[in-house]
Amino acid sequence: MSEVILMKGNEAIGEAAIRANCRHFFGYPITPQTEVLEYLARRLPEEGGAYVQAESEISAINMVFGASCAGARVMTASSSPGISLMQEGISYIASAQLPAVIINIMRGAPGLGGIHPSQADYFQSVKGGGHGDYKLIVLAPSSVQELIDHTMLAFELSEKYRTPVMVFGDGMLGQMMEPVVFPDYLPPPVDRPWATTGMEGRGPNIVHTLYLPAPDLENHCHRLFDKYRDIEAREKRSQEYFTDDAEILVVSYGIASRVARAGVEMAREAGIKAGLFRPITLWPFPDLQLQAAAKQARLLISAEISMGQMIEDVRLGIRDKVPVKLFNRIGLVPNPDEIFEFIKAEAGEVSKIG
Amino acid sequence: MAKIKGYQRPQTLHDKPWHFCPGCHHGIVHRLCAEVVEEMGLQSQTIGVGSVGCGVFSYNYFNFDGIGPSHGRAPAVATGVKRVLPDKLVFTYQGDGDLAAIGTTEMVHSAVRGENITIIFVNNTLYGMTGGQMAPTTLMGQQTTTTPRGRTREQAGYPMKVCEMLATMDGSAYIARTAVFNPAQVLKTKKAIRKAFETQMAGLGFSLVEVLSACPTNWGMNPLEALDHVKDNMLPVYPLGEFKLKKE
Repeated sequence: MSEVILMKGNEAIGEAAIRANCRHFFGYPITPQTEVLEYLARRLPEEGGAYVQAESEISAINMVFGASCAGARVMTASSSPGISLMQEGISYIASAQLPAVIINIMRGAPGLGGIHPSQADYFQSVKGGGHGDYKLIVLAPSSVQELIDHTMLAFELSEKYRTPVMVFGDGMLGQMMEPVVFPDYLPPPVDRPWATTGMEGRGPNIVHTLYLPAPDLENHCHRLFDKYRDIEAREKRSQEYFTDDAEILVVSYGIASRVARAGVEMAREAGIKAGLFRPITLWPFPDLQLQAAAKQARLLISAEISMGQMIEDVRLGIRDKVPVKLFNRIGLVPNPDEIFEFIKAEAGEVSKIG
Repeated sequence: MAKIKGYQRPQTLHDKPWHFCPGCHHGIVHRLCAEVVEEMGLQSQTIGVGSVGCGVFSYNYFNFDGIGPSHGRAPAVATGVKRVLPDKLVFTYQGDGDLAAIGTTEMVHSAVRGENITIIFVNNTLYGMTGGQMAPTTLMGQQTTTTPRGRTREQAGYPMKVCEMLATMDGSAYIARTAVFNPAQVLKTKKAIRKAFETQMAGLGFSLVEVLSACPTNWGMNPLEALDHVKDNMLPVYPLGEFKLKKE
């Protein structure tokens, strides 16, 4: 079973969905995500599932809404501009408390931006994006293997908490090939007594998001946030490298964290006490873990492929007790050398302060 | 209490008062959908997809499973449901703002795909819930709150003819326009809804029934004047009939 195979990121996501018993996918072509679509267009009919190429990302996310209402394990995938179009639907899915998995293979932005890897949708996905008081669980894989693992985990979390989950990849992860192993563990099937499947043997099930009397809406939002607090208490995930004595702590996620780790290793070889803290869940942000990892830190560096978005959560997470600087590139994944040079320069500054 | 005989509320309709204005036709069209579902024996096999507008509470009236989608997206939501549950009856209930403006894309492409769903389209030529604004279906010269001097070609073009457009799609299996301004038309509307649902259950493809409806409140008419308005002013623009009838 544990056979190692070489797979492209986007296709690995598609296969992970199939193995997780997802039989319904609705999507729309957009670079650099399109291979998810192409893979599932081929594979889902082989497995007796349904693939629908929607006329837009707006329609795709609403098809996801409908399929989830009908009790299906369901997924969509897109890239930044397409994910923008899905925001309205994500708000409805969150409010209706429907499980759904959304893959975002991020590309350069704003506007049409470019097709290069990017991490500039952090604000949109982690902080809201759609209208109203809701949260989106956001998982940030950093390898093709983790695209598989996080896609599986996304189904599990979305069904456990009846909430949408986003897998937050980027153009490089989606396009690159790596050796992977498909896990034996699969997300367990869950009962959906709320699903609109026809009222055979029961009263009518209604899935909606309208609460016209003000107290009803207030109660609804409190119910949602009770759930979100539960998720915050249980589901914060992160990884650490060389953090025990780290004076300079790089905070980085996704593909950027892979090169950040290499940069940190180079810094260690040069005798600099550098470490890496890698959030795996972006919401809920692993703030307590960050505080623990930053005990010896005199400087934090938020390394991201954006103009500085996660850095706000890093500052909040560390309660502004330690200065936080930004290392960033746009339109490309930085080299380990660049991060190393940045760490080295900052290490000089830190030692001057004493 | 003795059992009431004759005309009765179908089991597929909850016993609660409508929120609709006096003279509004939504109550009639709701009831016809519920009657057809009951007569076809499909109460436990039906998923109704509502809309945003005056039909937003359809799921509170229908006594079968229901979904409240976002504005205009009902056909996409119904597509998602139908692809999971291909043997169930899945229909949307949408007004002309929801269907013919913001939801045009979802409507057209459901027909293009020949999606095996039914749309019940209630056309009263304006946005009712928000207080009577112009819709794509508003008649030429018709006054609304956003065409205070009447709809003009220069500013807003021409009324949108949904049935005529969808009849050109190969995926459309049954397309009809009806009205409910007198009892004979009500019966014809019920027949059309039944045909549409039967078309879907036979797996023939996309179906839509457009029902010309009165909105006395936003038209500034009493209910009787509104009936005449449908007959005298809407029928010339929106002729009744079957525009597509696929047998197999």
